[in-house]
Amino acid sequence: MDILTQIFNLQTLYATIRMATPLVIAAIGGIFCERSGIINIALEGMMLMGAFIAVLISYFTGSPWLGLIGATVFGGVFAVIHAFVSIKYHADQVVSGVALNMLAAGGTVFLLNVFFNTSGTSPAVNSLPYWGPFKPTVYFGLLFVLVAHYVIFHTTFGLRVRSIGEHPHAADSVGINVELTRYICVIISGMLAGFAGAHLSLGVLNIFREGMTAGRGFIALAAMIFGKWTPFGALGAGLLFGFFQAVQIRLQGFAIPSEFVQMIPYIFTVVALAGVIGRATPPAAIGKPFKKNNRS
Amino acid sequence: MGKILQMKNITKRFPGVLANDRVNLDLEAGEIHALIGENGAGKSTLMSILFGIYKQNEGEIYYKGQKLDINNPNDAIDAGIGMVHQHFMLVPTLTVTENIILGSEPTKSLGRIDIDKAVAKVRKLSQEYGLEVDPLAKIKDISVGMEQRVEILKVLYRQAEVLIFDEPTAVLTPQEVEGLYKIMYNLIDQGKSIIFITHKLKEVLSVSDHITVLRKGKSIGTVETAQASERELAQMMVGREVLLEVDKEPANLGDVRVEVKGLNLNDNKGVKVLDDINFQIREGEILGIAGVEGNGQSELVEVLTGLTKATEGIFKLEGQELLNSTARNIREAKVGHIPEDRHKHGLVLDYSVEDNLVLGHHYKDPFAKGINFDFNALEDNAKRLIKEYDIRPANKDAKVKSFSGGNQQKVIVAREFDFGPELLIASQPTRGVDIGAIEFIHKRIIEQRDAGKAVLVISAELSEIMSLSDRIAVMYEGRIVDIVEADKVTKEELGLLMTGGSKSKEESK
Repeated sequence: MDILTQIFNLQTLYATIRMATPLVIAAIGGIFCERSGIINIALEGMMLMGAFIAVLISYFTGSPWLGLIGATVFGGVFAVIHAFVSIKYHADQVVSGVALNMLAAGGTVFLLNVFFNTSGTSPAVNSLPYWGPFKPTVYFGLLFVLVAHYVIFHTTFGLRVRSIGEHPHAADSVGINVELTRYICVIISGMLAGFAGAHLSLGVLNIFREGMTAGRGFIALAAMIFGKWTPFGALGAGLLFGFFQAVQIRLQGFAIPSEFVQMIPYIFTVVALAGVIGRATPPAAIGKPFKKNNRS
Repeated sequence: MGKILQMKNITKRFPGVLANDRVNLDLEAGEIHALIGENGAGKSTLMSILFGIYKQNEGEIYYKGQKLDINNPNDAIDAGIGMVHQHFMLVPTLTVTENIILGSEPTKSLGRIDIDKAVAKVRKLSQEYGLEVDPLAKIKDISVGMEQRVEILKVLYRQAEVLIFDEPTAVLTPQEVEGLYKIMYNLIDQGKSIIFITHKLKEVLSVSDHITVLRKGKSIGTVETAQASERELAQMMVGREVLLEVDKEPANLGDVRVEVKGLNLNDNKGVKVLDDINFQIREGEILGIAGVEGNGQSELVEVLTGLTKATEGIFKLEGQELLNSTARNIREAKVGHIPEDRHKHGLVLDYSVEDNLVLGHHYKDPFAKGINFDFNALEDNAKRLIKEYDIRPANKDAKVKSFSGGNQQKVIVAREFDFGPELLIASQPTRGVDIGAIEFIHKRIIEQRDAGKAVLVISAELSEIMSLSDRIAVMYEGRIVDIVEADKVTKEELGLLMTGGSKSKEESK
């Protein structure tokens, strides 16, 4: 009983929502990207970059809000690399994503040295204020879910995004600019991932730490798949994964080895992806570079 | 009626290929104009130019008397030219309506799609032109015939005046083809004009008003359908007299070369797929296997070529037991195989012609020297076979996937016939192949027979089986119900055997 009250209380609920926020926001970024037919395993790196830029800007300007905006913008800029390599040069999107992740991991450490002359952890900066029980990023996260759902399923842009991820040649044949739409989607995904990263460094904490995303970009990817590439699905999956992360922290005081507890969210992710939710069918054209006029 | 569309002296060059060479096409308003030609004659290129997918190197397009510059599909659509694609350009996960409006969606405020308006418009168009569709069904759930109607509606939704139908009957059942003709007449009644691309002569003669023939990238001429005959059109398409029937001497039979006895195959559920198959093939004989598809023919071929292991039985080629041997051993014993699905089992589509022409022999002299290729030998082989088998375009380095069906099939035929097989297994040898190539492949098969080889032909086309074979074995539910002399049987008798009826089942047992 003691354990249960320790796990299921209001704090856990709050922690769940806090933990879920970066997963959900990044997952929505992933949805835009993959719905348009581009694999984005660089969410992790984009989040990490966002987290760093947020702290950097907050440090120099003193404004966490500018940090948040800067992280979002820079996330988009960082994503342009992925877009350019995948769309313009038809490169393997997984390879490009891995490269971006490594670039972010190494780049942030390097920049940490350049700007703060430290390695590992940045100095503390002004972080975002609380709005009620949560930081503002949490509310934005929920807003993004609603907006993303509306855009993807009810607007012209969304219909076109869905079509180019499934059958880009069909879209092309009715005059839709496949490449431009894909650029837009990849950049949106980078911006959202950057925003999610800023939530980690300025929402949850007030510092940047080396490798602080700790695989959340990949869990976001899992949440996207678990949620079958829909914003509300990603919200549900994100909350579930967030819950396990929150519980894991609560359980660390008990006799269960903490290493085992730390594994829970990941084990659950694997089990979920192994097909508990039924078949998750990705967009048909995902990962395939689009070449105009290619008659096969 | 005036001319609504004129294509004048259209020339299109691809690297190494002259795809269109000063081609002319005149479309009258309110007519069905057929564009025919063999695969690779340049029909698709010409239509891709008209629809803005390619840009011509030379030549002009006039539409309603005015010169029209088409740089992309949008230009064509805006002008009123619509394409009903052969490979449907539909997104399977979206609904019928979403596919139709895609790219020119009706919107409300905030970029919101006005789906109700769209559905109403689709319903209205669907009634107006007699194109029955379910606006709210997803594409992945509807029939091929309905998919085609959606493609047509897509074009009408964009207010096309000229509709291009690219090989529209290739994917349809005979009933659906009749339905399509009705739709086409309906469109003409509503004032549209149609360009109808095909290589099936019978279709052309039954629906079109005028026929333009392309051959090797050139326009050979335009004729009035009422004054055209099948023979004349075939000649224009191919450039010489075409034999619509196979011409062969009586067989000159030798010893028994192939013996199949008591062949059985159970599938993984234990169901008998092949049930006590017995036959012999003599030197210089073609044995045809007829039957409705799915009665064990494919499995029989797979067993004989080493792709599937039989449960029991005997398969001897010149006394050598080959049953359940590996595919490589069977090839080494000189069994040639034209597979029924050339993309799955016949070719590596992303390889060049040169590489595809040595597959299965690549490890042997003269192509391999130890662990190295002899690239000169590969090249010589490719050059020789391309010439001998008239593979077009004659570019040994082109990827096979860029070739037409007929030319892909010729690559397989060249590879399988050239290494001197003692037994040749040809499964659906002319499926999806144009008439010139059909004639060519038939001639080559007869040549193999006359050179004293044993040939096994499997085909779903009864007329092909009847014209090629010396004897015909009919398969039904995994058994050979009868083996008959080809010149002593009628189509009706074969048809009866194929559906399980038998005139001499007791004797054959």
